[in-house]
Amino acid sequence: MKRLNFSFIILMACVLGYIGTQVSNEYYIGVATLLLIHAVNATALNILLGYTGIISIGQAAFFGLGAYVAAVLSTNYGINPLLTMPVAAAAAFVVAYVVGSPILKLHGNYLAMATLGMGMILYIFMNEMDFITGGPSGFVGIGDIIIGKFDLADEKSFFVFMSIVFMVFLFICELFDKSFLHNKLKFIKNSESACRSYGITPARTKVMVFASMAALTAFNGAIFTFYTHFISPVSFSFKYSVELLAMATVGGLGYITGGVIGAVLLGLVPEIFSAFEEYEMIIYGGLLAVVIMFLPGGIAGTLKRLVKRNA
Amino acid sequence: MQFLYSGLTSGSIYGLVALGFNIIYNTTGLINFAQGEFVMLGGMLIYSLFCVFEVPFYTALPLTLLGCFIIGVLYERVFINLARYKTEINLVTLTIAASIIMRDVAMHIWGRDSLRVDDYIPVVNVQMPGGVISSQSILIIAVSMLVAWGLNMFLKKSKYGKAMRACFDDQTAAETCGINVRSVRIMSFAVSSAMAGIAGVIISPITFVTYDDGIMIGLKGFAAAILGGLGNFWAAVAGGLLLGIFESFSASVIPSGYKDAMAFFVILLILFFKPDGLFGRKKATRV
Repeated sequence: MKRLNFSFIILMACVLGYIGTQVSNEYYIGVATLLLIHAVNATALNILLGYTGIISIGQAAFFGLGAYVAAVLSTNYGINPLLTMPVAAAAAFVVAYVVGSPILKLHGNYLAMATLGMGMILYIFMNEMDFITGGPSGFVGIGDIIIGKFDLADEKSFFVFMSIVFMVFLFICELFDKSFLHNKLKFIKNSESACRSYGITPARTKVMVFASMAALTAFNGAIFTFYTHFISPVSFSFKYSVELLAMATVGGLGYITGGVIGAVLLGLVPEIFSAFEEYEMIIYGGLLAVVIMFLPGGIAGTLKRLVKRNA
Repeated sequence: MQFLYSGLTSGSIYGLVALGFNIIYNTTGLINFAQGEFVMLGGMLIYSLFCVFEVPFYTALPLTLLGCFIIGVLYERVFINLARYKTEINLVTLTIAASIIMRDVAMHIWGRDSLRVDDYIPVVNVQMPGGVISSQSILIIAVSMLVAWGLNMFLKKSKYGKAMRACFDDQTAAETCGINVRSVRIMSFAVSSAMAGIAGVIISPITFVTYDDGIMIGLKGFAAAILGGLGNFWAAVAGGLLLGIFESFSASVIPSGYKDAMAFFVILLILFFKPDGLFGRKKATRV
Protein backbone atom coordinates (compact mmCIF):
# COMPACT_ATOMS: atom_id res chain seq x y z
CA MET A 1 0.00 0.00 0.00
CA LYS A 2 1.49 3.28 -1.07
CA ARG A 3 1.35 6.29 1.21
CA LEU A 4 -0.89 9.20 0.42
CA ASN A 5 0.77 12.25 -0.99
CA PHE A 6 0.15 14.29 2.16
CA SER A 7 2.66 16.97 1.34
CA PHE A 8 0.71 18.00 -1.72
CA ILE A 9 -2.63 18.01 0.11
CA ILE A 10 -1.18 20.09 2.93
CA LEU A 11 0.48 22.45 0.47
CA MET A 12 -2.83 22.98 -1.34
CA ALA A 13 -4.64 23.51 1.96
CA CYS A 14 -2.06 26.10 3.01
CA VAL A 15 -2.25 27.93 -0.29
CA LEU A 16 -6.03 28.01 -0.21
CA GLY A 17 -6.01 29.07 3.45
CA TYR A 18 -3.57 31.84 2.66
CA ILE A 19 -5.68 33.13 -0.21
CA GLY A 20 -8.85 32.86 1.87
CA THR A 21 -7.50 34.81 4.84
CA GLN A 22 -4.85 37.16 3.50
CA VAL A 23 -5.95 38.18 0.02
CA SER A 24 -8.66 40.80 0.06
CA ASN A 25 -8.69 41.79 -3.60
CA GLU A 26 -11.98 40.45 -4.97
CA TYR A 27 -10.56 40.03 -8.45
CA TYR A 28 -7.75 37.73 -7.33
CA ILE A 29 -10.17 35.66 -5.31
CA GLY A 30 -12.38 35.32 -8.36
CA VAL A 31 -9.42 34.13 -10.42
CA ALA A 32 -8.55 31.61 -7.73
CA THR A 33 -12.12 30.27 -7.70
CA LEU A 34 -12.06 29.79 -11.46
CA LEU A 35 -8.69 28.07 -11.23
CA LEU A 36 -10.15 25.60 -8.75
CA ILE A 37 -13.05 24.90 -11.11
CA HIS A 38 -10.60 24.32 -13.98
CA ALA A 39 -8.51 22.08 -11.73
CA VAL A 40 -11.45 19.80 -10.98
CA ASN A 41 -12.29 19.51 -14.68
CA ALA A 42 -8.68 18.90 -15.68
CA THR A 43 -8.29 16.24 -13.01
CA ALA A 44 -11.43 14.48 -14.22
CA LEU A 45 -10.01 14.46 -17.74
CA ASN A 46 -6.68 13.30 -16.36
CA ILE A 47 -8.34 10.29 -14.77
CA LEU A 48 -9.91 9.49 -18.14
CA LEU A 49 -6.87 10.06 -20.33
CA GLY A 50 -3.93 9.51 -18.00
CA TYR A 51 -5.23 6.58 -16.05
CA THR A 52 -7.69 4.80 -18.30
CA GLY A 53 -6.43 5.88 -21.70
CA ILE A 54 -9.77 7.29 -22.88
CA ILE A 55 -9.20 10.43 -24.92
CA SER A 56 -12.19 12.71 -24.57
CA ILE A 57 -12.46 16.02 -26.42
CA GLY A 58 -16.02 16.49 -25.31
CA GLN A 59 -15.55 17.27 -21.66
CA ALA A 60 -16.68 20.87 -22.09
CA ALA A 61 -20.03 19.56 -23.27
CA PHE A 62 -20.61 17.69 -20.01
CA PHE A 63 -19.51 20.77 -18.10
CA GLY A 64 -22.06 22.77 -20.06
CA LEU A 65 -24.75 20.13 -19.65
CA GLY A 66 -24.38 20.29 -15.88
CA ALA A 67 -24.37 24.07 -15.94
CA TYR A 68 -27.54 24.28 -18.02
CA VAL A 69 -29.43 21.60 -16.08
CA ALA A 70 -28.67 23.38 -12.82
CA ALA A 71 -29.51 26.80 -14.25
CA VAL A 72 -32.82 25.73 -15.75
CA LEU A 73 -33.95 23.75 -12.71
CA SER A 74 -33.09 26.43 -10.19
CA THR A 75 -34.30 29.43 -12.18
CA ASN A 76 -37.35 28.15 -14.01
CA TYR A 77 -38.58 25.63 -11.46
CA GLY A 78 -37.34 27.22 -8.26
CA ILE A 79 -35.49 24.17 -6.99
CA ASN A 80 -32.85 24.68 -4.29
CA PRO A 81 -29.45 25.08 -6.06
CA LEU A 82 -27.82 22.49 -3.83
CA LEU A 83 -30.35 19.91 -4.98
CA THR A 84 -29.82 20.71 -8.63
CA MET A 85 -26.16 19.71 -8.48
CA PRO A 86 -26.76 15.98 -7.98
CA VAL A 87 -29.53 16.15 -10.58
CA ALA A 88 -27.09 17.72 -13.06
CA ALA A 89 -24.53 15.05 -12.26
CA ALA A 90 -27.12 12.30 -12.71
CA ALA A 91 -28.23 13.73 -16.05
CA ALA A 92 -24.67 13.81 -17.34
CA PHE A 93 -24.10 10.30 -16.01
CA VAL A 94 -27.06 8.99 -17.98
CA VAL A 95 -26.05 10.83 -21.17
CA ALA A 96 -22.45 9.71 -20.88
CA TYR A 97 -23.50 6.13 -20.17
CA VAL A 98 -25.78 5.97 -23.18
CA VAL A 99 -23.27 7.63 -25.50
CA GLY A 100 -20.29 5.93 -23.94
CA SER A 101 -21.35 2.32 -24.24
CA PRO A 102 -21.03 2.27 -28.01
CA ILE A 103 -18.22 4.76 -28.54
CA LEU A 104 -15.85 3.40 -25.93
CA LYS A 105 -15.36 0.33 -28.06
CA LEU A 106 -13.29 2.61 -30.26
CA HIS A 107 -9.67 3.55 -29.81
CA GLY A 108 -7.33 6.45 -30.28
CA ASN A 109 -8.22 8.41 -33.39
CA TYR A 110 -11.76 7.19 -33.68
CA LEU A 111 -12.52 7.80 -30.03
CA ALA A 112 -11.15 11.32 -30.23
CA MET A 113 -13.37 12.07 -33.21
CA ALA A 114 -16.43 10.44 -31.62
CA THR A 115 -16.13 12.42 -28.39
CA LEU A 116 -15.47 15.56 -30.39
CA GLY A 117 -18.59 14.90 -32.45
CA MET A 118 -20.61 14.35 -29.30
CA GLY A 119 -19.30 17.58 -27.83
CA MET A 120 -20.19 19.44 -31.01
CA ILE A 121 -23.73 18.04 -31.04
CA LEU A 122 -24.35 19.12 -27.46
CA TYR A 123 -22.84 22.52 -28.25
CA ILE A 124 -25.10 22.98 -31.26
CA PHE A 125 -28.11 22.01 -29.16
CA MET A 126 -27.17 24.57 -26.51
CA ASN A 127 -27.06 27.19 -29.22
CA GLU A 128 -30.19 26.20 -31.06
CA MET A 129 -32.64 25.28 -28.30
CA ASP A 130 -33.04 28.90 -27.33
CA PHE A 131 -36.50 28.32 -25.82
CA ILE A 132 -34.76 26.49 -22.95
CA THR A 133 -31.17 27.64 -22.94
CA GLY A 134 -31.51 31.21 -24.13
CA GLY A 135 -29.44 30.41 -27.21
CA PRO A 136 -26.19 32.19 -28.04
CA SER A 137 -27.11 35.25 -25.98
CA GLY A 138 -26.96 33.19 -22.82
CA PHE A 139 -28.99 32.34 -19.75
CA VAL A 140 -29.41 35.07 -17.17
CA GLY A 141 -30.91 35.53 -13.73
CA ILE A 142 -29.35 32.55 -11.96
CA GLY A 143 -29.63 32.70 -8.17
CA ASP A 144 -27.14 32.03 -5.38
CA ILE A 145 -26.33 28.95 -3.40
CA ILE A 146 -27.80 29.29 0.09
CA ILE A 147 -26.52 26.99 2.81
CA GLY A 148 -28.40 27.53 6.06
CA LYS A 149 -28.04 31.23 6.74
CA PHE A 150 -25.02 31.71 4.46
CA ASP A 151 -25.76 33.24 1.12
CA LEU A 152 -22.83 32.59 -1.22
CA ALA A 153 -23.30 35.80 -3.14
CA ASP A 154 -19.93 37.48 -2.75
CA GLU A 155 -16.57 36.29 -4.04
CA LYS A 156 -15.09 35.47 -0.69
CA SER A 157 -17.78 33.16 0.64
CA PHE A 158 -17.97 31.39 -2.69
CA PHE A 159 -14.24 30.89 -2.64
CA VAL A 160 -14.48 29.26 0.79
CA PHE A 161 -17.23 26.97 -0.46
CA MET A 162 -15.26 26.05 -3.58
CA SER A 163 -12.09 25.44 -1.55
CA ILE A 164 -13.92 23.00 0.70
CA VAL A 165 -15.37 21.18 -2.31
CA PHE A 166 -11.95 21.13 -3.93
CA MET A 167 -10.13 19.77 -0.86
CA VAL A 168 -12.69 16.98 -0.48
CA PHE A 169 -12.32 16.21 -4.15
CA LEU A 170 -8.53 16.25 -3.97
CA PHE A 171 -8.53 13.92 -0.97
CA ILE A 172 -10.81 11.45 -2.72
CA CYS A 173 -8.60 11.58 -5.80
CA GLU A 174 -5.52 10.90 -3.71
CA LEU A 175 -7.28 7.92 -2.16
CA PHE A 176 -8.18 6.76 -5.65
CA ASP A 177 -4.61 7.21 -6.81
CA LYS A 178 -3.39 4.78 -4.16
CA SER A 179 -6.26 2.31 -4.49
CA PHE A 180 -6.44 -0.93 -6.41
CA LEU A 181 -8.99 0.63 -8.71
CA HIS A 182 -6.27 2.84 -10.16
CA ASN A 183 -4.14 -0.21 -10.89
CA LYS A 184 -7.08 -1.75 -12.69
CA LEU A 185 -7.54 1.34 -14.84
CA LYS A 186 -3.86 1.55 -15.70
CA PHE A 187 -3.95 -2.13 -16.57
CA ILE A 188 -6.77 -1.39 -19.00
CA LYS A 189 -4.76 1.45 -20.47
CA ASN A 190 -1.75 -0.75 -21.05
CA SER A 191 -3.41 -3.79 -22.49
CA GLU A 192 -7.06 -4.54 -22.87
CA SER A 193 -6.46 -8.06 -24.07
CA ALA A 194 -4.37 -8.86 -21.03
CA CYS A 195 -7.17 -7.45 -18.86
CA ARG A 196 -9.68 -9.70 -20.49
CA SER A 197 -7.59 -12.75 -19.81
CA TYR A 198 -7.48 -11.76 -16.13
CA GLY A 199 -11.26 -11.63 -15.94
CA ILE A 200 -11.68 -7.84 -16.08
CA THR A 201 -14.28 -6.53 -18.51
CA PRO A 202 -12.60 -3.45 -19.96
CA ALA A 203 -15.71 -2.24 -21.77
CA ARG A 204 -17.89 -2.06 -18.67
CA THR A 205 -15.17 -0.48 -16.53
CA LYS A 206 -14.40 2.12 -19.17
CA VAL A 207 -18.03 3.10 -19.56
CA MET A 208 -18.37 3.44 -15.78
CA VAL A 209 -15.26 5.61 -15.57
CA PHE A 210 -16.39 7.74 -18.49
CA ALA A 211 -19.87 8.24 -17.02
CA SER A 212 -18.57 8.95 -13.52
CA MET A 213 -16.14 11.55 -14.79
CA ALA A 214 -18.89 13.12 -16.89
CA ALA A 215 -21.04 13.28 -13.75
CA LEU A 216 -18.21 14.88 -11.82
CA THR A 217 -17.62 17.43 -14.55
CA ALA A 218 -21.34 18.22 -14.68
CA PHE A 219 -21.46 18.66 -10.90
CA ASN A 220 -18.61 21.09 -11.28
CA GLY A 221 -20.52 22.78 -14.09
CA ALA A 222 -23.46 23.30 -11.74
CA ILE A 223 -21.13 24.98 -9.26
CA PHE A 224 -19.78 27.14 -12.07
CA THR A 225 -23.33 28.24 -12.93
CA PHE A 226 -24.00 29.54 -9.44
CA TYR A 227 -20.64 31.23 -9.40
CA THR A 228 -20.96 33.22 -12.60
CA HIS A 229 -24.77 33.70 -12.52
CA PHE A 230 -24.64 33.86 -16.29
CA ILE A 231 -23.86 31.10 -18.77
CA SER A 232 -23.67 31.04 -22.54
CA PRO A 233 -22.62 28.30 -24.96
CA VAL A 234 -19.31 30.05 -25.65
CA SER A 235 -17.95 28.84 -22.30
CA PHE A 236 -18.58 25.23 -23.29
CA SER A 237 -17.24 25.16 -26.83
CA PHE A 238 -14.59 23.02 -28.46
CA LYS A 239 -12.05 25.58 -27.29
CA TYR A 240 -12.64 24.80 -23.64
CA SER A 241 -12.32 21.07 -24.29
CA VAL A 242 -8.94 21.68 -25.89
CA GLU A 243 -7.90 23.90 -23.00
CA LEU A 244 -8.75 21.11 -20.57
CA LEU A 245 -6.81 18.66 -22.69
CA ALA A 246 -3.83 21.02 -22.62
CA MET A 247 -4.11 21.47 -18.85
CA ALA A 248 -4.19 17.75 -18.14
CA THR A 249 -1.37 16.98 -20.58
CA VAL A 250 0.93 19.82 -19.61
CA GLY A 251 0.40 19.16 -15.92
CA GLY A 252 1.15 15.48 -16.29
CA LEU A 253 -1.02 12.59 -17.38
CA GLY A 254 -1.41 9.87 -14.82
CA TYR A 255 -0.64 12.02 -11.79
CA ILE A 256 -3.33 13.56 -9.59
CA THR A 257 -1.03 16.51 -8.99
CA GLY A 258 -0.74 16.91 -12.76
CA GLY A 259 -4.27 18.10 -13.39
CA VAL A 260 -4.00 20.67 -10.60
CA ILE A 261 -0.60 21.96 -11.69
CA GLY A 262 -1.68 22.18 -15.31
CA ALA A 263 -4.90 23.99 -14.49
CA VAL A 264 -3.18 26.54 -12.28
CA LEU A 265 -0.39 27.12 -14.77
CA LEU A 266 -2.47 27.37 -17.93
CA GLY A 267 -5.34 29.06 -16.13
CA LEU A 268 -2.94 31.84 -15.16
CA VAL A 269 -1.74 32.32 -18.75
CA PRO A 270 -4.58 34.69 -19.70
CA GLU A 271 -4.11 36.61 -16.45
CA ILE A 272 -0.34 37.02 -16.67
CA PHE A 273 -0.15 37.57 -20.41
CA SER A 274 -3.23 39.73 -20.59
CA ALA A 275 -1.32 42.00 -22.97
CA PHE A 276 -1.02 39.08 -25.37
CA GLU A 277 -4.62 37.97 -25.03
CA GLU A 278 -4.79 37.38 -28.75
CA TYR A 279 -1.98 34.86 -28.56
CA GLU A 280 -3.57 32.81 -25.77
CA MET A 281 -4.47 29.84 -27.94
CA ILE A 282 -1.05 29.81 -29.60
CA ILE A 283 0.54 29.61 -26.16
CA TYR A 284 -1.80 26.76 -25.24
CA GLY A 285 -1.13 24.88 -28.46
CA GLY A 286 2.60 25.47 -28.26
CA LEU A 287 2.86 24.28 -24.67
CA LEU A 288 0.74 21.25 -25.47
CA ALA A 289 2.90 20.33 -28.45
CA VAL A 290 6.19 20.88 -26.63
CA VAL A 291 5.14 18.85 -23.61
CA ILE A 292 3.96 15.94 -25.73
CA MET A 293 7.05 16.00 -27.88
CA PHE A 294 9.68 16.33 -25.17
CA LEU A 295 8.22 15.75 -21.70
CA PRO A 296 6.07 12.64 -21.80
CA GLY A 297 5.09 12.76 -18.11
CA GLY A 298 4.17 16.42 -18.20
CA ILE A 299 5.39 18.72 -15.46
CA ALA A 300 4.40 16.42 -12.61
CA GLY A 301 6.12 13.44 -14.23
CA THR A 302 9.30 15.38 -14.94
CA LEU A 303 9.47 16.73 -11.39
CA LYS A 304 9.02 13.24 -10.02
CA ARG A 305 11.81 11.89 -12.22
CA LEU A 306 14.15 14.67 -11.16
CA VAL A 307 13.42 14.03 -7.48
CA LYS A 308 14.04 10.32 -7.91
CA ARG A 309 17.30 10.86 -9.71
CA ASN A 310 18.66 13.12 -7.00
CA ALA A 311 17.48 11.03 -4.09
CA MET B 1 -33.60 17.68 -57.15
CA GLN B 2 -32.26 21.07 -56.10
CA PHE B 3 -31.14 19.50 -52.82
CA LEU B 4 -29.35 16.80 -54.75
CA TYR B 5 -27.31 19.36 -56.67
CA SER B 6 -26.29 21.39 -53.64
CA GLY B 7 -25.57 18.14 -51.81
CA LEU B 8 -23.30 16.98 -54.61
CA THR B 9 -21.40 20.26 -54.49
CA SER B 10 -20.66 20.20 -50.79
CA GLY B 11 -20.29 16.44 -50.93
CA SER B 12 -17.45 16.57 -53.43
CA ILE B 13 -15.58 18.94 -51.14
CA TYR B 14 -16.04 16.54 -48.23
CA GLY B 15 -14.83 13.81 -50.54
CA LEU B 16 -11.63 15.73 -51.30
CA VAL B 17 -10.93 16.31 -47.62
CA ALA B 18 -11.70 12.66 -46.91
CA LEU B 19 -9.14 11.69 -49.55
CA GLY B 20 -6.55 13.74 -47.69
CA PHE B 21 -7.36 11.91 -44.48
CA ASN B 22 -7.03 8.65 -46.33
CA ILE B 23 -3.60 9.35 -47.76
CA ILE B 24 -2.12 10.07 -44.36
CA TYR B 25 -3.98 7.23 -42.71
CA ASN B 26 -2.79 4.83 -45.37
CA THR B 27 0.87 5.55 -44.93
CA THR B 28 1.12 6.36 -41.24
CA GLY B 29 -2.04 5.01 -39.62
CA LEU B 30 -2.69 8.46 -38.23
CA ILE B 31 -5.71 10.75 -38.34
CA ASN B 32 -4.56 14.27 -39.00
CA PHE B 33 -6.81 16.63 -37.05
CA ALA B 34 -5.25 19.57 -38.85
CA GLN B 35 -6.57 18.46 -42.24
CA GLY B 36 -9.32 21.06 -42.17
CA GLU B 37 -6.77 23.72 -41.35
CA PHE B 38 -5.04 23.05 -44.64
CA VAL B 39 -8.32 23.63 -46.47
CA MET B 40 -8.57 26.99 -44.74
CA LEU B 41 -4.95 27.68 -45.60
CA GLY B 42 -5.57 26.97 -49.28
CA GLY B 43 -8.43 29.45 -49.29
CA MET B 44 -6.40 32.06 -47.45
CA LEU B 45 -3.36 31.75 -49.71
CA ILE B 46 -5.40 32.04 -52.87
CA TYR B 47 -7.14 35.07 -51.36
CA SER B 48 -3.83 36.78 -50.67
CA LEU B 49 -2.30 35.95 -54.03
CA PHE B 50 -5.28 36.29 -56.30
CA CYS B 51 -7.28 39.09 -54.67
CA VAL B 52 -4.75 41.13 -52.71
CA PHE B 53 -1.58 40.90 -54.81
CA GLU B 54 -3.59 40.34 -58.00
CA VAL B 55 -1.39 37.59 -59.32
CA PRO B 56 -3.00 36.00 -62.39
CA PHE B 57 -4.98 32.91 -61.49
CA TYR B 58 -2.83 30.46 -63.43
CA THR B 59 0.20 31.57 -61.44
CA ALA B 60 -1.62 31.95 -58.14
CA LEU B 61 -3.01 28.42 -58.17
CA PRO B 62 0.32 26.57 -58.45
CA LEU B 63 1.85 28.94 -55.89
CA THR B 64 -0.96 28.21 -53.45
CA LEU B 65 -0.61 24.48 -53.89
CA LEU B 66 3.14 24.77 -53.52
CA GLY B 67 2.61 26.74 -50.32
CA CYS B 68 0.33 24.06 -48.89
CA PHE B 69 2.78 21.40 -50.02
CA ILE B 70 5.69 23.06 -48.21
CA ILE B 71 3.70 23.69 -45.05
CA GLY B 72 2.65 20.05 -45.14
CA VAL B 73 6.30 18.99 -45.23
CA LEU B 74 7.18 21.34 -42.38
CA TYR B 75 4.22 20.07 -40.42
CA GLU B 76 5.42 16.48 -40.67
CA ARG B 77 9.03 17.43 -39.87
CA VAL B 78 8.19 19.62 -36.90
CA PHE B 79 5.28 17.94 -35.20
CA ILE B 80 5.16 14.31 -36.16
CA ASN B 81 8.82 13.54 -36.64
CA LEU B 82 10.12 15.21 -33.49
CA ALA B 83 7.71 13.50 -31.11
CA ARG B 84 9.69 11.23 -28.84
CA TYR B 85 6.93 8.86 -27.81
CA LYS B 86 4.81 8.01 -30.80
CA THR B 87 1.82 6.41 -29.13
CA GLU B 88 -1.51 6.83 -30.82
CA ILE B 89 -2.96 9.13 -28.16
CA ASN B 90 0.16 11.29 -28.15
CA LEU B 91 0.07 11.76 -31.89
CA VAL B 92 -3.65 12.54 -31.88
CA THR B 93 -3.14 15.18 -29.22
CA LEU B 94 -0.21 16.54 -31.16
CA THR B 95 -2.24 17.03 -34.33
CA ILE B 96 -4.90 18.81 -32.25
CA ALA B 97 -2.21 21.09 -30.84
CA ALA B 98 -0.89 21.74 -34.33
CA SER B 99 -4.35 22.58 -35.60
CA ILE B 100 -5.02 25.19 -32.93
CA ILE B 101 -1.62 26.74 -33.56
CA MET B 102 -2.28 26.94 -37.30
CA ARG B 103 -5.75 28.36 -36.77
CA ASP B 104 -4.51 31.11 -34.49
CA VAL B 105 -1.56 32.02 -36.66
CA ALA B 106 -4.01 32.34 -39.55
CA MET B 107 -6.21 34.54 -37.38
CA HIS B 108 -3.29 36.87 -36.75
CA ILE B 109 -2.30 37.05 -40.38
CA TRP B 110 -5.70 37.32 -42.05
CA GLY B 111 -7.94 38.60 -39.26
CA ARG B 112 -11.31 37.41 -38.06
CA ASP B 113 -13.48 38.48 -40.97
CA SER B 114 -14.83 36.31 -43.74
CA LEU B 115 -12.80 36.96 -46.84
CA ARG B 116 -14.38 36.86 -50.25
CA VAL B 117 -12.40 35.35 -53.08
CA ASP B 118 -13.33 36.51 -56.59
CA ASP B 119 -14.89 34.01 -58.95
CA TYR B 120 -12.55 32.10 -61.21
CA ILE B 121 -15.12 31.54 -63.92
CA PRO B 122 -18.18 33.61 -64.86
CA VAL B 123 -21.20 32.61 -62.81
CA VAL B 124 -24.07 31.30 -64.87
CA ASN B 125 -26.93 29.18 -63.72
CA VAL B 126 -27.41 26.08 -65.80
CA GLN B 127 -30.92 24.70 -66.09
CA MET B 128 -30.93 21.03 -65.16
CA PRO B 129 -33.83 18.61 -64.80
CA GLY B 130 -35.63 19.61 -61.59
CA GLY B 131 -33.50 22.60 -60.62
CA VAL B 132 -30.64 24.89 -61.44
CA ILE B 133 -26.96 24.38 -60.82
CA SER B 134 -24.39 27.14 -60.96
CA SER B 135 -21.24 26.95 -63.01
CA GLN B 136 -19.19 27.14 -59.82
CA SER B 137 -20.80 23.97 -58.52
CA ILE B 138 -20.04 22.21 -61.76
CA LEU B 139 -16.43 23.37 -61.48
CA ILE B 140 -16.19 22.02 -57.94
CA ILE B 141 -17.66 18.66 -58.82
CA ALA B 142 -15.52 18.32 -61.94
CA VAL B 143 -12.29 19.32 -60.22
CA SER B 144 -12.80 16.99 -57.30
CA MET B 145 -13.61 14.05 -59.52
CA LEU B 146 -10.56 14.83 -61.62
CA VAL B 147 -8.34 15.04 -58.55
CA ALA B 148 -9.73 11.79 -57.16
CA TRP B 149 -9.11 10.07 -60.47
CA GLY B 150 -5.62 11.52 -60.77
CA LEU B 151 -4.75 10.46 -57.26
CA ASN B 152 -5.97 6.98 -57.95
CA MET B 153 -3.78 6.76 -61.03
CA PHE B 154 -0.85 8.20 -59.10
CA LEU B 155 -1.14 5.55 -56.43
CA LYS B 156 -1.68 2.70 -58.84
CA LYS B 157 0.87 3.53 -61.51
CA SER B 158 3.65 5.78 -60.26
CA LYS B 159 6.69 4.69 -58.31
CA TYR B 160 5.87 6.91 -55.35
CA GLY B 161 2.28 5.71 -55.25
CA LYS B 162 3.36 2.11 -55.17
CA ALA B 163 5.82 2.89 -52.41
CA MET B 164 3.04 4.53 -50.42
CA ARG B 165 0.82 1.52 -50.72
CA ALA B 166 3.68 -0.75 -49.77
CA CYS B 167 4.27 1.29 -46.61
CA PHE B 168 0.67 0.89 -45.62
CA ASP B 169 0.80 -2.87 -45.98
CA ASP B 170 3.94 -3.40 -43.99
CA GLN B 171 6.46 -0.71 -43.16
CA THR B 172 9.26 -3.08 -42.23
CA ALA B 173 8.87 -5.13 -45.36
CA ALA B 174 8.77 -1.97 -47.44
CA GLU B 175 11.98 -0.78 -45.85
CA THR B 176 13.64 -4.11 -46.56
CA CYS B 177 12.75 -3.73 -50.21
CA GLY B 178 14.65 -0.48 -50.32
CA ILE B 179 11.78 1.96 -49.99
CA ASN B 180 12.68 5.07 -48.07
CA VAL B 181 9.82 5.06 -45.55
CA ARG B 182 10.78 8.44 -44.21
CA SER B 183 10.44 10.21 -47.50
CA VAL B 184 7.19 8.41 -48.22
CA ARG B 185 5.77 9.72 -44.96
CA ILE B 186 6.82 13.25 -45.77
CA MET B 187 5.43 12.85 -49.25
CA SER B 188 2.07 11.65 -47.98
CA PHE B 189 1.70 14.61 -45.65
CA ALA B 190 2.69 16.98 -48.43
CA VAL B 191 0.34 15.46 -51.00
CA SER B 192 -2.59 15.44 -48.63
CA SER B 193 -1.98 19.07 -47.68
CA ALA B 194 -1.88 20.01 -51.31
CA MET B 195 -5.18 18.19 -51.86
CA ALA B 196 -6.72 20.04 -48.97
CA GLY B 197 -5.31 23.19 -50.56
CA ILE B 198 -7.16 22.41 -53.80
CA ALA B 199 -10.37 21.93 -51.83
CA GLY B 200 -9.79 25.28 -50.15
CA VAL B 201 -9.14 27.03 -53.43
CA ILE B 202 -12.25 25.77 -55.19
CA ILE B 203 -14.76 26.37 -52.43
CA SER B 204 -13.66 29.77 -51.24
CA PRO B 205 -15.55 31.76 -53.95
CA ILE B 206 -18.80 30.18 -52.74
CA THR B 207 -18.46 29.85 -48.98
CA PHE B 208 -15.84 32.59 -48.44
CA VAL B 209 -13.01 31.81 -46.08
CA THR B 210 -12.70 32.50 -42.35
CA TYR B 211 -9.87 31.55 -40.03
CA ASP B 212 -11.97 29.05 -38.09
CA ASP B 213 -13.45 27.23 -41.09
CA GLY B 214 -11.04 24.39 -40.58
CA ILE B 215 -12.71 22.62 -37.68
CA MET B 216 -16.04 22.09 -39.36
CA ILE B 217 -14.75 21.12 -42.76
CA GLY B 218 -12.14 18.83 -41.23
CA LEU B 219 -14.74 17.07 -39.12
CA LYS B 220 -17.09 16.63 -42.02
CA GLY B 221 -14.28 15.32 -44.17
CA PHE B 222 -13.47 12.85 -41.46
CA ALA B 223 -17.14 11.87 -41.24
CA ALA B 224 -17.06 11.25 -44.97
CA ALA B 225 -13.88 9.20 -44.65
CA ILE B 226 -15.34 6.89 -42.05
CA LEU B 227 -18.68 6.79 -43.78
CA GLY B 228 -16.92 5.30 -46.77
CA GLY B 229 -14.38 3.34 -44.78
CA LEU B 230 -10.85 4.48 -44.04
CA GLY B 231 -8.18 3.22 -46.36
CA ASN B 232 -10.29 3.03 -49.48
CA PHE B 233 -10.04 5.93 -51.93
CA TRP B 234 -13.19 5.60 -53.99
CA ALA B 235 -15.13 4.86 -50.83
CA ALA B 236 -13.97 8.18 -49.43
CA VAL B 237 -15.32 10.06 -52.43
CA ALA B 238 -18.58 8.11 -52.28
CA GLY B 239 -18.80 8.78 -48.55
CA GLY B 240 -18.31 12.47 -49.16
CA LEU B 241 -21.04 12.63 -51.77
CA LEU B 242 -23.43 10.63 -49.60
CA LEU B 243 -22.77 12.88 -46.62
CA GLY B 244 -23.30 16.01 -48.69
CA ILE B 245 -26.58 14.76 -50.14
CA PHE B 246 -27.77 13.55 -46.75
CA GLU B 247 -26.92 16.90 -45.20
CA SER B 248 -28.72 18.98 -47.78
CA PHE B 249 -31.82 16.77 -47.66
CA SER B 250 -31.88 16.92 -43.88
CA ALA B 251 -31.71 20.71 -44.08
CA SER B 252 -35.06 20.63 -45.85
CA VAL B 253 -36.70 18.68 -43.02
CA ILE B 254 -35.21 20.08 -39.82
CA PRO B 255 -34.29 23.67 -38.91
CA SER B 256 -31.09 24.64 -40.67
CA GLY B 257 -29.35 25.49 -37.38
CA TYR B 258 -29.16 21.78 -36.69
CA LYS B 259 -27.62 21.05 -40.09
CA ASP B 260 -24.10 20.81 -38.72
CA ALA B 261 -25.25 18.46 -35.99
CA MET B 262 -26.40 16.01 -38.68
CA ALA B 263 -22.84 15.35 -39.82
CA PHE B 264 -21.89 14.37 -36.30
CA PHE B 265 -24.93 12.18 -35.95
CA VAL B 266 -23.71 10.41 -39.06
CA ILE B 267 -20.24 9.97 -37.54
CA LEU B 268 -21.69 8.57 -34.34
CA LEU B 269 -24.15 6.28 -36.09
CA ILE B 270 -21.46 4.87 -38.35
CA LEU B 271 -19.06 4.42 -35.47
CA PHE B 272 -21.77 2.64 -33.48
CA PHE B 273 -22.99 0.24 -36.09
CA LYS B 274 -20.32 -0.17 -38.72
CA PRO B 275 -16.95 1.20 -37.63
CA ASP B 276 -15.31 -0.13 -40.80
CA GLY B 277 -17.47 2.11 -42.96
CA LEU B 278 -20.11 1.31 -45.53
CA PHE B 279 -17.66 0.01 -48.11
CA GLY B 280 -14.87 -1.03 -45.79
CA ARG B 281 -13.68 -4.52 -45.22
CA LYS B 282 -13.42 -5.87 -41.72
CA LYS B 283 -9.86 -5.95 -40.53
CA ALA B 284 -8.50 -8.27 -37.90
CA THR B 285 -6.84 -6.46 -35.02
CA ARG B 286 -3.48 -7.57 -33.85
CA VAL B 287 -3.09 -8.11 -30.12
